[in-house]
Amino acid sequence: MTTTSDVAARAGWDEHPPRMGFFTDTSVCIGCKACEVACKEWNGVPDDGYDLLGLSYDNTGSLSANTWRHVAFIEQSKPFGPQTTGIDEAPTGDRDEVRWLMSSDVCKHCTEAGCLDVCPTGALFRTEFGTVVVQQDICNGCGYCIPACPFGVIDRRESDGKAWKCTLCYDRIGEDQTPACAKACPTESIQYGPLDELRERAQGRLDQLVEAGHADAQLYLEDSADGVGGAGAFFLLLDKPEAYGLPPDPVVPTRDVRAMWRHAAAAAGVFAGLGVAAFVGRRR
Amino acid sequence: MSGAHAAGPGGDRRGRSGGGRRRRGEQMMVPKAEFSSYYGRPIIKKPVWSELDIGGYLFTGGIAAGSAVIGAGADLTGRPELRHVARLSSLAALGVSGAALVHDLGVPARFHHMLRVAKPTSPMSVGTWILTAFGLPTGIAGAAELPGLVPPFLRGLVGALGRPAGIASALVAPGVATYTAVLLADTSVPSWHEAWPELPFVFAGSALSGSAGLALALAPCEESKPVRRLAVLGAALELAASQRIEHRLGLLGEPYKEGSAGSKMRLAKKLTLAGAVTAAALGRRSRVAAVASGAALFAASALTRFAIFEAGVASTEDPKYVVVPQRERLQRRTSVTPS
Repeated sequence: MTTTSDVAARAGWDEHPPRMGFFTDTSVCIGCKACEVACKEWNGVPDDGYDLLGLSYDNTGSLSANTWRHVAFIEQSKPFGPQTTGIDEAPTGDRDEVRWLMSSDVCKHCTEAGCLDVCPTGALFRTEFGTVVVQQDICNGCGYCIPACPFGVIDRRESDGKAWKCTLCYDRIGEDQTPACAKACPTESIQYGPLDELRERAQGRLDQLVEAGHADAQLYLEDSADGVGGAGAFFLLLDKPEAYGLPPDPVVPTRDVRAMWRHAAAAAGVFAGLGVAAFVGRRR
Repeated sequence: MSGAHAAGPGGDRRGRSGGGRRRRGEQMMVPKAEFSSYYGRPIIKKPVWSELDIGGYLFTGGIAAGSAVIGAGADLTGRPELRHVARLSSLAALGVSGAALVHDLGVPARFHHMLRVAKPTSPMSVGTWILTAFGLPTGIAGAAELPGLVPPFLRGLVGALGRPAGIASALVAPGVATYTAVLLADTSVPSWHEAWPELPFVFAGSALSGSAGLALALAPCEESKPVRRLAVLGAALELAASQRIEHRLGLLGEPYKEGSAGSKMRLAKKLTLAGAVTAAALGRRSRVAAVASGAALFAASALTRFAIFEAGVASTEDPKYVVVPQRERLQRRTSVTPS
């Protein structure tokens, strides 16, 4: 049930292109936010106000209805891998124990997508590329997809009441164009392509980093055995997922839905039973 | 190098003990959580549902369902006054429910888009169809109690359909009362999701005790014996199941005990207990006691639903409720199968 093998076919696409996705290699992200800007420009995403969060160089904060790429900026008291400047007694004081991590977050386009599972109107659908997209002419803004997402990606736009998130540039990839964020990324931190190829490439890059001494380097959401069946957009991280604001072990909520319905049915039975019991017996 | 909890900027954070509320000698059940996060920002999104609309709907939907059962029971056992108030309560509560649900939509004019599909993975879709099936018979049974408002040419038909419609409404009612628990649990909201085994029983009990309370307050004492019983049975179910949530959930039980949700929950329990005991002891003889205990149970049912709604929202606001249980789950998994 949780195979990534053919997510589009499971959604009813008989003939379809290979599953497409993003591999975000955060080890080469420079935090330029070109992806955030390119996404907004191409998709006509409204601004979300001028807000200085006062936490870091990140003043975007999180993904939202109006932010479909979000660059996290993390400052840590840790060495950035094992490389040295080559200068003995560099005049850096204790500053050699500082590293900056940057990472461009995006909708994960999960194999088992909570938002898609719970959508009661069919507005959210699985495309032929295996991605998850909201049809804006269908969405009635019920808001159920929002708490269903284990990553806090999708959100309701206040100005029109509908749910919005990354479409993986459905309009561009249908024309063999690279999604805007990947196109704009100057360091190829954001890579777009067939998911199988990206996974292979990511594994190679991980091996390289581990060999270079990045002990905490890890792939995130590339494993089809994880709680969302693997994702169409996965990441190479240099620290634990939660340091980037990502859940360490996300599980799609609908995984338990059968058991939930069984319990609800049992409770419904008790409800009916107590109702009957109350009316049986002596009158006064 | 990296300590187990070394983290992002603002990264190493200790879990708060809940805002330093006075806890009257209660021991902290859960050790302080240590975890890393991204500047302490929430990971999952807070539900956009309004508390008044959706918390309120959880309550009124339960009242509509419980009242439907009481109405049918009263009809079949020859208690006309009780039947009258219960059928009308059910219809009124259903009307409020529908209005709240449509009002909460981002695009209310598209409420009928819910009827495009039927999806078992979407409790909201299942609920839409349950409510649709509930609406018509509940409407007819309610109309049968208000012949003055029914056009003359339909009066005979509505009168004849009153009983079968009331029974049909009562048959769908258990679904109306319990599906909402799956609606909340089938999300990534930590304190809702983790409570999935108990939540339907809390909702079933709360629907019964609340609707029994309403009927107890409105119907004459000589017909109210079944609802006094129902009040006690529903209260017992609700109290037992919600107690279990608070104890079983560990860290994720915290939001049910702290802050505004916690105070509502505690008040709800007191009112439920007081209402059920008073109803059982004095409800038969004293009209005043019946009204007071009924009002207490009705209010308690509302408080329970708002408390559960708020507890879930609170569990999305602090990333510890997402990170800590997931880290523990990962640790359990890796300690079982070392890779």
